[in-house]
Amino acid sequence: MHAINYESPKTIAEAVKLLAAHGEKARPLSGGTDLIIQLRAGTRRPEFVVDVKQIPELHRISFSLQHGLHLGAAVSCIELHENADMRRYYPGLTEAAHLIGSLQIQSRASVGGNLCNGSPAGDATPALIALGAKARVVGPNGERIVPVETFITGPGRTVLQPGELLVEFLIDAPAKHSSDAYLRFIPRNEMDIAVVGVGGALTLDLDDDRVVDARIALGAVGPTPIFAAEASKSLIGKKFDAAAIENAARLATSVATPIDDMRGTAEYRRHIVGVLTSRVLTIAAERARHNEQR
Amino acid sequence: MSESSPHENFKVIGTRPIRPDGVDKVTGRALYGADYALPGMLHGCVLRSPYAHARIKSINIAKALKHPGVKAIVTAEDFPVVKGVMAQVGELIVNTHYLSLNIMAREKVLYDGHAIAAVAATSRHIAQEAVELIEVEYEVLEPVMTAEDAMKPGAPILLEEVRTKLMEHRTDPGSQEGPDRPSNVPGHIRFERGDLVAGFRGADFIVEREFSTATVHQGYIEPQNALALWSADGHVTIYCSTQGSFNVRTLTASVLCIPEGSIRVVPAEIGGGFGGKTTVYLEPVAALLSKKSGRPVKMVMTRAEVLRATGPTSGTKMKVKMGATRDGKITAAEVWLAYEAGAFPGSPFAPGAMCTLGPYVVENLRIDSFDVVVNRPKVAAYRAPGSPASAFACETVIDELAEKCGIDPLEFRLRNGAHEGTPQPAGPAFKKIGFVETVEAIRDSEHYRSKIDGPNRGRGVASGFWFNGGLQSSATVNIHTDGTVSVVTGSVDIGGTRAVQAMIAAEVLGVAVEDVRALVADTDSTGHTDVTGGSRIALATGMAVYEAAHDALTQLKTRAAKLWEKKPHEVAFSDGAFTAIGNGVPPLTLKQLATRLARTGGPVTGRATLNAGAVGAVGNAFATVCVDVEVDPDTGKVRILRCTIAQDVGRALHPSYVEGQMQGAMAQGIGWALSEEYFYDQKGVLRNSGLLDYRMPTCLDLPMIEALIVEVANPNHPLGVRGVGEVGIVPPMAAVANAIYRAIGVRMTELPMSPPHLLKAILDRRNQAVTQAAAAD
Ligand SMILES: Cc1cc2nc3c(=O)[nH]c(=O)nc-3n(C[C@H](O)[C@H](O)[C@H](O)COP(=O)(O)OP(=O)(O)OC[C@H]3O[C@@H](n4cnc5c(N)ncnc54)[C@H](O)[C@@H]3O)c2cc1C
Repeated sequence: MHAINYESPKTIAEAVKLLAAHGEKARPLSGGTDLIIQLRAGTRRPEFVVDVKQIPELHRISFSLQHGLHLGAAVSCIELHENADMRRYYPGLTEAAHLIGSLQIQSRASVGGNLCNGSPAGDATPALIALGAKARVVGPNGERIVPVETFITGPGRTVLQPGELLVEFLIDAPAKHSSDAYLRFIPRNEMDIAVVGVGGALTLDLDDDRVVDARIALGAVGPTPIFAAEASKSLIGKKFDAAAIENAARLATSVATPIDDMRGTAEYRRHIVGVLTSRVLTIAAERARHNEQR
Repeated sequence: MSESSPHENFKVIGTRPIRPDGVDKVTGRALYGADYALPGMLHGCVLRSPYAHARIKSINIAKALKHPGVKAIVTAEDFPVVKGVMAQVGELIVNTHYLSLNIMAREKVLYDGHAIAAVAATSRHIAQEAVELIEVEYEVLEPVMTAEDAMKPGAPILLEEVRTKLMEHRTDPGSQEGPDRPSNVPGHIRFERGDLVAGFRGADFIVEREFSTATVHQGYIEPQNALALWSADGHVTIYCSTQGSFNVRTLTASVLCIPEGSIRVVPAEIGGGFGGKTTVYLEPVAALLSKKSGRPVKMVMTRAEVLRATGPTSGTKMKVKMGATRDGKITAAEVWLAYEAGAFPGSPFAPGAMCTLGPYVVENLRIDSFDVVVNRPKVAAYRAPGSPASAFACETVIDELAEKCGIDPLEFRLRNGAHEGTPQPAGPAFKKIGFVETVEAIRDSEHYRSKIDGPNRGRGVASGFWFNGGLQSSATVNIHTDGTVSVVTGSVDIGGTRAVQAMIAAEVLGVAVEDVRALVADTDSTGHTDVTGGSRIALATGMAVYEAAHDALTQLKTRAAKLWEKKPHEVAFSDGAFTAIGNGVPPLTLKQLATRLARTGGPVTGRATLNAGAVGAVGNAFATVCVDVEVDPDTGKVRILRCTIAQDVGRALHPSYVEGQMQGAMAQGIGWALSEEYFYDQKGVLRNSGLLDYRMPTCLDLPMIEALIVEVANPNHPLGVRGVGEVGIVPPMAAVANAIYRAIGVRMTELPMSPPHLLKAILDRRNQAVTQAAAAD
C-alpha cells in the first residue's frame, strides 16, 4: 500500500472543501471496509483520504411518521440494526444492512459506503431502491437529490463528481399496510457476496387484497443494481396472489443481465432472481398485512 | 467398545488437561513464522507467471535492479541445475529436479503463479514495486487443465522427458508402459486379483458410474513464510512455518546443492498445514537472496500466492463398476482413477488406489490409477492424500448397490467389512483393525437411530480408510533438579501434540502433567525426526517419548538403588514413587529423588530414537460418518442438519484433541463436498485466488460435529495408539452425496455439489421426468 494523507473534517463544508481541493486524488472514507481493501490491493490509489465519520449530519438516524427517515451516510450497519424505528418501519433495509459481512464488519461498514462503492452486488442498495430512497448529495456547487436507482452508473462508478459527498438518505415513512424485505442468495451462510440480491416493498389494500404500490430491485445480476420497473408495475392494482407473484418474478427475471462467473452461471442467476423475487414479495406482503401504523 | 489392554489404570492418559500452548496462542504471543525479525533484515517478493503454460524467452532484471532499495534479485540462473533424484523424504517421494523447477521456473512456466524471479529489498513495498519492473518475454502455449484433456492423444505436452511408467507398488520406480514418446501420464499403478469376469457374472446388480472432483486447497490460515540468513561462514539458518523442519533442511540442501549439515531450520509455531507444509517454496529462495545480499531475507506469501502457487490436492476423474449379489455381497469391482498432479509428477494416485475399497472384502478386483500432469500448481499432501477422492467414488456406488439390494447401507458395509487378515487392495493383509466397530458405532448411535422427517431431507453414510505413518522420531526426556520434566522432540506441533507428549511422559514418570513441559527443537538440537504428517506424531513420536521416559525411569531406579545401596532390580516404581523391595526405607517420590541426582551421578536424561515402521505397517485407521441434509430444491443449496463421525483411534490419549481432529477433518470434508474448488478460466488463470470465492465453510455453515471415539487398540503400539489426524476427511463427501440422494433423489457424481451444480442436476432430472411423461402420453 502506498502512503496517503489523512484528514478528518468536522463539518460538511470543510469536507467538501477538502474533497474539491484535491479532486480526483481525494476519496471519502467511511467505515473503510471497501476502501482500505482497495487501497491495499492497489485497485484505488487516492492520495488524500477524507474521513467523514466525525461529521454529525452523516451520523444521524431521525425518523417520524410526518417527515419520514433521514439516514446519515456514515451510520454503521450495527447502529442501524439496533435502531428500533429502523427495525419496525424498514425491516427489509435493516436486514440488508445486517447481512453485510460479520458483526465486526458491520460495526464499521455504512450503508452510504455500500452505495458509493458502486458495486452491483452491495446488499443495501436493492433494499434502498425498493424503498424509493433518495440520496442527498452536497458538493462545491451546492446540493442535489439523486434517486438511488440512478446513483450507480457502472461497476465501481457513481454519479458523484469530484468534491461531492453523500450526506444522507431520504425515505418516506411507510404507508399503512406496507412493508419491505430483502433476500440474497449466497452459497455459504455468512461472509459471502451476493450471487443474487432482491429487495421488494409492497403496499396492500387489505379490503380486497390488492397491491396499491410495489417496487422490486435486483442486485448482482447486471453492471449496476436494477430497478425492475415492469415487474413492479405488473403488481399494482392486481390481486396479490400466486399468479401475480409468478408473473412479477418472471418479469424481474427478464430484466436481469447476469454473466457467467465463478459465483454462478448466468442461467443459474436468472433462475435465482425468480426464486428470490417470489420469496421477497411473499415476506413483504406478510409484513405489510400486519403493519397497522398510521 | 474399548478393547481391554494392559494399561487399564491410566492416571493422565485419557484425561483432558488444558493445552499448554493455548494461552500464548489466544493472547497473540505465540511466535509464528511471520513474527520473526532479524537486524538488517530485507523483504523478499516473488514475480509469478500470469500464464498457465508458456516458454520464457527472456527475463530482464536491469530496471528492477536499479530501483532504489533493491539489494538482490534471483532467477533460475542463480540456482544450480539439479539432477533428477527420487529422494524418500519422510512419507514423500520427491523428485528434486522437479522440486527445483517448481521453486523457480527455468525455460518454461507451467501454471498461473509459477515463480520466475524474486527480489530482496529494504521494504516489502519496494520489493513489490521492483517485481513489477522485471520484464519477461513469453511465448504463450496452450494450457492443459484437466486429467481428461491431458490424457487425450495429441494433447500439448508439459514435460518432454516424461514417459508413462507402470508400477507395481507405491515406491516402485516402474517400467515403461506403451510406446517411447512424451506423455502427460508419468505414472500408472495397477492392483489386480481374482477374476473380474466371473465376479461380475455372479452379480445380481451392477452399478457403473463416472465421477469427478475439483482441485481443493488445505486452507491453512497461516500463509507460507521463511526468514533465511546465509552467514559469512557458509551456515544457513532458516526460520519458517513447516510441518517438518528436517524436510525443509533436506529439500533446501538438495535444491541449493549444499550439505544438509550446513543448514539449521528453526520451526516456528505453525498456523495449520494439513499436509501443505511438508515441502518447500520460499526457503531456498530466501536463502539464496540472503547469500546474494549478505543480509537476512524474509518472505511471506499473500493469500493469493498461497492459492496460486502452493500445492493443493488433486482434482480427479474416476470410473467405478461394482457388482453385488442380492443378499449384499460385493462380487467384483473395477476402478479407474486419474489424479491431477499439477505441473510436475507426484499426485497421490498410488495411495488413492491403495485406500479405495480398503474397508471391504473384495475378492475380484482391478484398480488402475494414473498420475497426470496438468497446468495447475504441483499438488502437495492434504490430509489422507488420495483417499478422499477415490472413497467419494466407491462409497457412492456402494450406497447405490445397497439401495438396489434393499439393504441398509450400514448393514451392507458390515456384510462386506474387512477384518484382521483381510487382504488390502494392494495385497498385504490387515493386522487388527477397527473398521466394523466404526460402522457399528454409527449404527448404534442416537443419531442414526433418530428419525429424519420433513421434505427434502435425507441421511447419508459412508466409510473411509487411511494408513498411519510410522517413520523416524527422536525424543529426550530431561529430569530437572526440582523434579519437573521437559520433553524435547523435533515434531512440529499442529494438533496439540506437545500436550500429548507431556501426558505420555507424565504417565510413565508418575508426575503431574503440569510438571512436564514439551517443546519442539530445531534441527541441530534434536535427532532426526520425520515430518508431522501421516497422523504419526502422537503415534510414532509418542512412542519415542514413551521409550525415552522409560529410559529416564530406568536410570532413576539406578540412582535410587545407589542411594539405598541396593541393586537396581530391587527398586520398584509405582504411583509416582520409588520403593526398595523388602526394605523399611520410606518411598521416594520422583521429585524427592530429583533433588538428589547431583549426589548420585549427575543429571538424568532419557532418550529414544526409533523408526516406527513403514507407512501403513504401523497401523491403519478407519472412520464411518453419518450426515443429515436438507436441500433447497429451488436454489440447490444444501444445509447440513446434523453429522456424526465414528473413528477407530486405537487409544484416545487426550480425547478432546482426538475429537478435534475428527471434527476438523469432517469440516474440511464437508467444504470439499459442497463449496471448495479451484476455478480456472479458459486461459488457465485462477479466478478465485482469495478466501471470498474459494469457499471454505465458516462456523455458521456447520452444526456441531458429534465425535464417537472407537478404541480398538493398535497392536503395534505400546499404548494402543493409532494415528487420528487424517481418516476423518475420507468419508464426508460420499456421505453428503448419499444424503442428498436420499433427500431429493438426485445422484451427484461431481464435486463440489455447489448450488449451481446441484440445481442443474435437479432441473435436468425434472425435465427428464417431464419428457418421459410426455413420451408416455
Ligand atoms: C469481510 C468483508 C465482508 C463483506 N461482506 C459484505 C456483504 O456481505 N455485503 C455487502 O454488500 N458488502 C460487504 N462487504 C463490503 C463492505 O463492507 C460494504 O460495501 C460496506 O457497506 C462499505 O461501507 P464502508 O462504510 O466501510 O465504506 P468505505 O470503504 O468507507 O467506502 C466505500 C466507498 O464509498 C466511498 N464513500 C464512503 N462514504 C462516502 C460518502 N459519504 N460520500 C461519498 N463517497 C463515500 C469511499 O470513497 C469508497 O469509495 C464486505 C467487506 C468485507 C471486508
